[in-house]
Amino acid sequence: MASDQPPGGQLAPPSLTGGVNTYFAQEGARGALIAFVSTVVFFAVAIFAIGRSENWPTVQKSFFDVELMWDSLPAVWDGFTTNVWMFLIGQVAIMALALLIAVMRSLKGPAFLPVRLLAILFIDFFRGIPIILGLLLFGFGIPALRLPGLPNSAVFWGLVVVVLSYSAYTAEVYRSGIDAVPDSQRLSAASLGLTQWQGLRYAVLPQAIRNVIPALLNGFVSLQKDVALLSVLGVREAVREAQIITGRNFNYSPYIVATILFLAISVPSARFADWYTARDRARRSQGTG
Amino acid sequence: MKLALRNIQKSFGSNHVLKGIDLDVDEHEVVCLIGPSGCGKSTLLRTINLLERIDEGTIHLDGELVSGPGVDANAVRQRIGIVFQSFNLFPHMTVLKNLTLGPIKASGVSRAEAEARAIELLERFGLGDKVDEYPDRLSGGQQQRAAIVRALVGDPEVLLLDEITSALDPELVGEVLSVIRELASRGLTMILATHEMGFARDVANRVVFLDAGRVVERGPPAQVLGTPTQPRTQQFLRRVIEGGRL
Repeated sequence: MASDQPPGGQLAPPSLTGGVNTYFAQEGARGALIAFVSTVVFFAVAIFAIGRSENWPTVQKSFFDVELMWDSLPAVWDGFTTNVWMFLIGQVAIMALALLIAVMRSLKGPAFLPVRLLAILFIDFFRGIPIILGLLLFGFGIPALRLPGLPNSAVFWGLVVVVLSYSAYTAEVYRSGIDAVPDSQRLSAASLGLTQWQGLRYAVLPQAIRNVIPALLNGFVSLQKDVALLSVLGVREAVREAQIITGRNFNYSPYIVATILFLAISVPSARFADWYTARDRARRSQGTG
Repeated sequence: MKLALRNIQKSFGSNHVLKGIDLDVDEHEVVCLIGPSGCGKSTLLRTINLLERIDEGTIHLDGELVSGPGVDANAVRQRIGIVFQSFNLFPHMTVLKNLTLGPIKASGVSRAEAEARAIELLERFGLGDKVDEYPDRLSGGQQQRAAIVRALVGDPEVLLLDEITSALDPELVGEVLSVIRELASRGLTMILATHEMGFARDVANRVVFLDAGRVVERGPPAQVLGTPTQPRTQQFLRRVIEGGRL
């Protein structure tokens, strides 16, 4: 740093601070310029190379047929609304069910052993099978039984499988948050005469949930895409709709439409999760709030 | 007799922490437990309000058996308050919420009544301006005073204090001890585990020296701390004096 000082320059504290600040400000502006130029050059070269390649016209026709994209938009959009409501219902159900399972698994004392076992069994099963296998089993299997009083729709059972599977993962996320709350907080709650449940509810869980919000947000982003797996059961969501039109036209452009729609919600969600996580970390390191 | 402990035994695995402790505490009495770290002071306090289940022995509160099966531990804990070394306030709640949680949820007191009582106590102990603060905005001494008030807000018959000044900066110890002095002068029955020998001599009616899970010596503070009869007590106090703590 000292070598950056002009020879014979003032080394008194105020001018030294000023010098350092200016140095970093210049570095910041120069850094931004470098980043901008390198980005523009990189993408220009990439686009030029792709456009010049021999197969590009074929690829463009099969994947980026603007007219077909436009024509398929209403149907794919319609399917996409199904994705959105499946996601919203699923998300609420997952947050509630996963919390219940995590609490069951966290109860202490010999009397709660069966409850803990049940929770562990559930988590092991639904975390242990591929989600698509669960979909095939439940989505085709249960409606085929024609059980009286139970819905026979593929959407219903498909959503049930997604909720159960995600709940198994999310329960473990919650549990890590519960484990991160010091045991002294439970002790403290018990010392006030609160029951084990009240101690969890008022002392432990609010802290635990705050601990895991970044991880939960990450799960949301993932779920937004995974509800598309219900297309294997014939649910007419965005991917399925795109598939139908693609099959009719021997052209993949409708998939691009679906891709754009998914990115339009998952990228902002991911940025929001990043932003929240960063803000949470900053707050914790300040030791406030 | 307010509290009577007979033959209290407690093990953690193969570690026999309490090896048969007898202790009687009269109403309005202040008893100080002293002894080296690991002697069982903290564990003994936790067994008294049933945070640790005892393996053997009995605990009577006002002549009523409160240990063993079939006892409503939560009801007993409302009658015996405890304050911990590391405060253990709930960090996600304001001071007021910390104080009213127990009365509202465990005792069924109305919110208005619980808040009025909490605010009155906070003002009495110099925390009137901290009602709506979160614990991490308070100094260690203020946090510990708030924790003491939290233990008092349900009007316990006995207060247990587990090395409540050990986690504090030295200059904050005084404000917490003065709260205890005031409680003692008001006649609250208290059992303190402490390393503050000077304070124990000042405030205690009786001092009990524990070592390796047993009571080695007990008596008036001047006797136990001034002219101990047991070699183990003498040795312990000599080390304390050498360490400058008396």
